[in-house]
Amino acid sequence: MRRILALVFALAVMISSSAAYAVLPDEVMSDPAKEARARNLSRELRCMVCQNESIDDSAAPLARDIRLLVRERIAAGDSDAQVLNFLVARYGEFVLLKPRLERQTLLLWLLTPSVLTAGALALWISSRRRKAMASKDSASARLTAEEEARIKQLMSAEPASDRQI
Amino acid sequence: MIAEAGHYALVLALGLALIQSTVPILGARLRDPALMNVARSTALAQLVFVLGSFAALVTLHVTSDFSVLNVYENSHSLKPMIYKITGVWGNHEGSMLLWVSILALFGGLVAAFGNNLPMSLRAHVLAVQAWIASAFYLFILITSNPFIRIANPPLEGRDLNPVLQDIGLAVHPPMLYLGYVGFSISFSFAIAALLEGRIDAAWARWVRPWTLLAWIFLTLGIAMGSYWAYYELGWGGWWFWDPVENASLMPWLAGTALLHSAVVMEKRNALKVWTILLSILTFSLSLLGTFLVRSGVLTSVHAFATDPRRGVFILLILCLFIGGSLSLYAWRASALKQGGLFAPISREGALVLNNLFLTTACATVLVGTLYPLALEVLTGDKISVGAPFFNLTFAPLFIPLLIAVPFGPLLAWKRGDLLGAAQRLTAAGIGALIAVAVLWAWTRGGSALAPLAIGLAVFVVLGALVDLVERLGLFRMPLAISIRRARGLPRASWGTAFAHAGVGLALIGIVCETTWNSEYIGSMKPGDVTHIAGYDMKLDGITQRLGSNYREMVVKFDVSRNGRQLQPMMPSKRSFVTRGSTTTESALQTHGLSQLYISVGDTAADGATTVRIYHKPMVLLIWFGPVLMAFGGMLSLSDRRLRVGAPKPARAGRLLQPAE
Repeated sequence: MRRILALVFALAVMISSSAAYAVLPDEVMSDPAKEARARNLSRELRCMVCQNESIDDSAAPLARDIRLLVRERIAAGDSDAQVLNFLVARYGEFVLLKPRLERQTLLLWLLTPSVLTAGALALWISSRRRKAMASKDSASARLTAEEEARIKQLMSAEPASDRQI
Repeated sequence: MIAEAGHYALVLALGLALIQSTVPILGARLRDPALMNVARSTALAQLVFVLGSFAALVTLHVTSDFSVLNVYENSHSLKPMIYKITGVWGNHEGSMLLWVSILALFGGLVAAFGNNLPMSLRAHVLAVQAWIASAFYLFILITSNPFIRIANPPLEGRDLNPVLQDIGLAVHPPMLYLGYVGFSISFSFAIAALLEGRIDAAWARWVRPWTLLAWIFLTLGIAMGSYWAYYELGWGGWWFWDPVENASLMPWLAGTALLHSAVVMEKRNALKVWTILLSILTFSLSLLGTFLVRSGVLTSVHAFATDPRRGVFILLILCLFIGGSLSLYAWRASALKQGGLFAPISREGALVLNNLFLTTACATVLVGTLYPLALEVLTGDKISVGAPFFNLTFAPLFIPLLIAVPFGPLLAWKRGDLLGAAQRLTAAGIGALIAVAVLWAWTRGGSALAPLAIGLAVFVVLGALVDLVERLGLFRMPLAISIRRARGLPRASWGTAFAHAGVGLALIGIVCETTWNSEYIGSMKPGDVTHIAGYDMKLDGITQRLGSNYREMVVKFDVSRNGRQLQPMMPSKRSFVTRGSTTTESALQTHGLSQLYISVGDTAADGATTVRIYHKPMVLLIWFGPVLMAFGGMLSLSDRRLRVGAPKPARAGRLLQPAE
């Protein structure tokens, strides 16, 4: 088992180490506008046999196949959304590096805004509470005449040496 | 013999760590100074034994002792000496040994220089350090022993993965680990504070230099790793949102937040409970990073399931420490008294805002990294979360954060004057607007996003300068007074200004590189010329060369600009015999802050070579920014206030502390 793992790892390293072959000259489309669209789409698509690499960066043969497929669809007149739909239908959601907003990715997409809102809310509440506590403190900090007298009495009774900090 | 000695030293270190994790706590309970002081001796002894063990592994690699499995699998007798040494941590077992060595180093530093700590606090801190150390010694000894022998020693090793045979391996992992593991100190301090149920501003003053030190190393480590990927992988990418990178970015974000909240705690005695939580979270994220990288769970959930021993062990450590520390936090945090009131518009308020955005950014990276794993385990569905997701969710968080950065240092503690700060930042604002206008005109109505982002970056840089100018009274007072003020200004204030300016510079580099990068991909034969960003590149010729353990095809390019000949560039392709794999060595040429970048691929039968040439404007700022941040951190660390250590309230004035 371990040997198989080692092999898989070595393969993955070999694939990633020869990244200089990504996007070969013969793939480039003649129309620069279409080529730019193809490159932008490539950055959003995952090379499924690599570790978190887009097909634009990857040198794996599969990445090249998908790059050619993307260009084929663009040449056939597909819009960007159509190309993506075509690839998802063929390879599944796994091919998208930016998952679509669906039921199962809801938490993924909503986490950032909800953490930010919850954090801001928590800060607002705690600052209000602290302010309320501070005003309560200062209200209770005012001593009654009776307390003042008692303190004076205590202070004078205490020997001077104990008062030193 | 050396292997066995190394193994034995590691076992002894484990024994010492077990003593250190129990006896000092007992001593603190019984208020027995002798028992508490045990921690000091064991921490130093542990350091000696672990370093001995590490030195043993280095010796085995240097002498190419192929009877040791780890050396056989990762070394080769013909490998250059520097890679024989760096190869020690270029593999799982060795890198874990480096991890514990650095942990022992930090423990030893606390023991050696922690004389001004209250005795029970030091005992607790070192005990918690020993808990972490024991767990990882056990992990190494049980699942990842680097000293295992082979019964029939082979004559030659299998060589180190060629991608790792680079100077980057000498610097990047040790730096990163110094950062990761350095955060264990603030973690131990936090746990010690919870155990003792006592925390004050002096605590923050002790924790801050350690956090700062770890943060400096982590910043440099990440920047170094990014530059390494940039020149090694052959197409000039510098950040991939790869889970392994995210694993290092998360502790950095949390650590940056911690750095700022510790300031509030030190100066104003506020945010105590939050600072403790951040200390715990930062190190927990370091542990999580270690788990993600070391368990194989990232390659695939299945790879993890087929050889789960290591992964499950680290997962256990992870659960034990994160779960344990958070439970302790939940149980004891209420015992810590909150203090220090402040208005929302104040220096504290600005630092809280910083913490809000940094932790949200950290949570975004965390969920993006773990979501695909969790989803696959729970439902079996496979999704990918990559660069486009992070660019859309992570980047926007930095816009409000960066707008707020220049305001922070200009606001007063407790209650700040936002209007006054805004007035003082007028110059920075005008500078930023000019930058936006000039860039927009220059790119002739191209995307407005890039000029705006650069405007924001310019605002951050100028804001940092305004802060300095204000503090020195430059242009308001005679120069002589300003110079005198500059001498008297705390180094920490200089540090803040440099670090904030570094953030702005890095952003300029990032925006320029991603927006105005020029690229040429094509086949070239000797004699062919191509033009990119005003440079003429001529493929001059191809030669073969023999290195110590590889063969190399070198392609020479003549570079000229406006007819003026510049230095030639020589990218190459190396084939490593032992592993049968190749690497591309790209050629880089720096012009100011921009770089020309060439990497070469295969040569076809007709002599045409696949060539990729890039011109990357201002790209060096991407790494210069973090280096400046780290420099700011170092200035702050050298501040007299931190160097001298916290004052001793009880014996103040009786003795002066010597500088460490």
